Amino acid sequence: MPEIQIPTPDLNVVLQLLIVFGWATLLLLIDLFIPAGQKRITGWLAIAGLIVAAGVGGALWSQQGGASGSTFNDMIRLDNYALALNWIFLLISIITILISLEYLPRQGIERGEYYVLILLATGGMMLLGQGADLIVLFLGLELLSITLYVLVGFAYPRVASEEAAMKYLLIGAFAAGFLVFGIALIYGATGASNLQQIADTLSRQPLAPEDYTVLLAGGALVIVGFGYKIAMAPFHMWTPDVYEGAPTPVTAFMSAGAKAAGFAALTRFLLLAFGSQQNIATWALALAVLAAITMVVGNISAIAQTNVKRMLAYSSIGHAGYILMGVLAASNRGVAGLLFYLLAYSLTNLAAFAVLIALERQGEAAWNMSDFAGLWGRRPWLAAAMALCMFSLAGVPPTAGFVGKFYVFTAAWQSGFQWLVLIAVITSALAAFFYLRIVVQMFMSEPVREASAVSDRSLRLGIGLATIGILLFGIVPTLVITVVEQSVLALGR
Amino acid sequence: MNQLGFPLLSIVLWLPTLGALALLLVPRDSLTTLRGLALLVALATFAASVFLYLSFDFAVPGFQFADSMEWVPSWGISYSVSIDGVSLWLVLLTTFLTPITLISTWDSVHKDFRTFQLLMLLLETGMIGVFVAQDLFLFYIFWEFTLIPMALLIGIWGSANRVRAAVKFFLYTFAGSVFMLVGIIALYLLNSQATGKPTFDFQTIQQNIAGGALASVLDQTTARALFFAFFIAFAIKIPLWPFHTWLPLAHTEAPTAGSVILAGVLLKLGGYGMIRFCLELFPEASHWAAPAIGILAVIGILYGAMVSFAQTDMKRLVAYSSVSHLGFVVLGIFALTDQGIAGGVLQMVNHGLSTGALFLIVGMIYERRHTREMAAFGGLWKVMPIYGGLTLAMVLSSVGLPGLNGFIGEFTIMQGTWLSTELGWRFVLPSVIGVIFAATYLLRMYRLTFMGDVTNPENAELKDITPREIGMLVALLIPIVVIGFYPNLLFEPMQPAVQAITQALATAVAGQ
Repeated sequence: MPEIQIPTPDLNVVLQLLIVFGWATLLLLIDLFIPAGQKRITGWLAIAGLIVAAGVGGALWSQQGGASGSTFNDMIRLDNYALALNWIFLLISIITILISLEYLPRQGIERGEYYVLILLATGGMMLLGQGADLIVLFLGLELLSITLYVLVGFAYPRVASEEAAMKYLLIGAFAAGFLVFGIALIYGATGASNLQQIADTLSRQPLAPEDYTVLLAGGALVIVGFGYKIAMAPFHMWTPDVYEGAPTPVTAFMSAGAKAAGFAALTRFLLLAFGSQQNIATWALALAVLAAITMVVGNISAIAQTNVKRMLAYSSIGHAGYILMGVLAASNRGVAGLLFYLLAYSLTNLAAFAVLIALERQGEAAWNMSDFAGLWGRRPWLAAAMALCMFSLAGVPPTAGFVGKFYVFTAAWQSGFQWLVLIAVITSALAAFFYLRIVVQMFMSEPVREASAVSDRSLRLGIGLATIGILLFGIVPTLVITVVEQSVLALGR
Repeated sequence: MNQLGFPLLSIVLWLPTLGALALLLVPRDSLTTLRGLALLVALATFAASVFLYLSFDFAVPGFQFADSMEWVPSWGISYSVSIDGVSLWLVLLTTFLTPITLISTWDSVHKDFRTFQLLMLLLETGMIGVFVAQDLFLFYIFWEFTLIPMALLIGIWGSANRVRAAVKFFLYTFAGSVFMLVGIIALYLLNSQATGKPTFDFQTIQQNIAGGALASVLDQTTARALFFAFFIAFAIKIPLWPFHTWLPLAHTEAPTAGSVILAGVLLKLGGYGMIRFCLELFPEASHWAAPAIGILAVIGILYGAMVSFAQTDMKRLVAYSSVSHLGFVVLGIFALTDQGIAGGVLQMVNHGLSTGALFLIVGMIYERRHTREMAAFGGLWKVMPIYGGLTLAMVLSSVGLPGLNGFIGEFTIMQGTWLSTELGWRFVLPSVIGVIFAATYLLRMYRLTFMGDVTNPENAELKDITPREIGMLVALLIPIVVIGFYPNLLFEPMQPAVQAITQALATAVAGQ
């Protein structure tokens, strides 16, 4: 009987994952010895772990220089695409923790597990970015989802938080069902769950018609599964409710991180497994229609909102539409644009939600438009940061949001989706209306009531990091463009 | 590098921004320092731009003082600025008006003075940037950036209806410019598709289009569509009837300094854009669209004049008069002749000076009486003789009295329109009526507020304007008179640049 050969895993490929997961497990233990009320220490330790992982990413980047590595039988890959995404994920998590440090005790929900859960979710996101096998993608998605269910309900016993967690759980389970069913169908049609193998099978010979139908259905179901995660219309219904109910830092984390991870996996799935020219033709148009619907639905619904948290939720739906343009362009420029957009959008959303955090008091939501009234007079820097975020979301130069939009618009135009670009600019112009409304409230209205904003060093650091990024990458986009342009080489085709 | 060996144009462009940042270091409540610093920066910028004028080589048609630096090399975006005989005047207009408006804020801005000065200086950089940018991407950034400070100026320091005015201003212009963004994206991709070299450089793209390098991808229909993508943004900005509805509101609600800059410079961004982008990039489409645009311009001239006549609020009256005056500018530009375009540029400068002055004048009386209704006044000349005299001069300049600047601009535009193959005399006749209307509504305003006896006892107590206010108006009056008597001061230097544009237009049609 021949011995089973198990190739030694290339630990470099999973090094960042190992650091994050390992540190999360350790931190769970360390946290036991940190007295209640001092849980900030856990948070700072978590940040330290994330920074180490990001630094390791730098070493890996300079070491591998564009070549792609894979391990565990090509289930997990490390390429520049994954490395760039990992940096985005780590940055998101760092800022999330920074803006949580003071929020949790203020809301009376400070527990050490929070930071561990963020670390685990980050690991899940990284798995989604690195996964090259449908099973791994599912694993990453579940890891991310389950931690998020807990995080969304973290403000227990606040009913809104519990309700949001319940909704998210139900919808998430539903989405996972779609995804698994889709994976099963694809496996049935091609006999493979590895993305590269699927692509190879498809390129070798045309599938039998009935197999092809099964494959199409499977692909569609997987898109639906990820569609829930990225809040793509018509699978976006859960977003406003969950975003509103979840503790605000968690909302920030979800709107930036979970969405970015969903896009990371969706892009690799589509471009690696279905990256050949005629396959792109089958899904790109469908995705373009969905993107158009997403932009229209998200932005138009946002206009009607008076609750800022809900407005940002709808706006994040609208932005999913723009980010999709990077995916469906199915080109190097598209993927690079997607990465740039994800970074710009994440920074902006994190900073915007952080401003909400500063305004939020215990047990009382300060998410009404009128709570922003006269903020300029009371806290000019906070108001300026929020205004910058709004302009970045609206796509006004010189912010990162503008460069991101420009990037994906050119990519989509180049790939022949001129009509989609037109819809995108029209919805952008519509969107300016509700972003501007907040600016109007902050700068041009008198305060309706005395709402005092919190001033905390770590919160300020979080907002500061994000806003400096928004401005810096808006004015000197080359910094990011050189990185993202190298991050598409290893992908697909 | 440019003929001077140091980046003078970039200094003019960025000095106001540096000043704005420096203002942040000054405490909010030390008014004198803030006033002094902001004014000093604005004056230094003006001095630098005068130096620009003095060292400008007027014999050469092309762009001068080019500064250029790679910005996003892989996309072909560069920081590249330079000016020609057309943009030079608009830069000078900007740097000249800004210090005057800054002085005007000393009396009229009572809250958050520092931020006001800061936004004005940032706005100055944005406006100069639009006039000097030679890279489409850079141009768009400056173009959009001007929106933010202006919307804040209107929204924070404006009068009762300010929020609505600010939002409407922002959304209208933003909606227009996203179409320009599409145009820029399309042009960029078409150009890189045809030549294989991605670039946003305006002159390269323009030469590629003129030289036929883009002929394979840029057919007539596409060129016309792109023309409109650009044109809509400029038409909203300038504003051309029927896109003008944001303007009366914004002008009326803005604080005095905001109105002056809005009328004086910001509207000119639209006119400049039409000349630089619509005409130079899409000559064939410009010829094709000229008659239709001419009709809209004429409607604007007449409509603006008639609505002005019906106003009872002085500021609204001046605001609507802008619609009429800028109709002339558009008419001149789309006459596509030397005289028309030169007249259009001159009229932009004129309108900046005289309408800016009129807004200052309205602001001065508003500061004293807190009303702008003409019915509340009457016989002001008796109590405020200096004010009355200077106002008369500005009104006459705006009316187009020979000997003052407005006449030259309107006359040249009409001459250019008459000579135009696209427009011709049919377009001149209604615009002459527009000139007569202008005399009617402006002189009516003057009669109602300044002539006759003092009917309202509140006005009898009014003191005449202060030396500082006199200084501001006289500063504006000097160029008004100079241009009126010696328009060649502007025309001659402008000539090579304008001729280059019209020649390109002519070859494009001849090549059909």
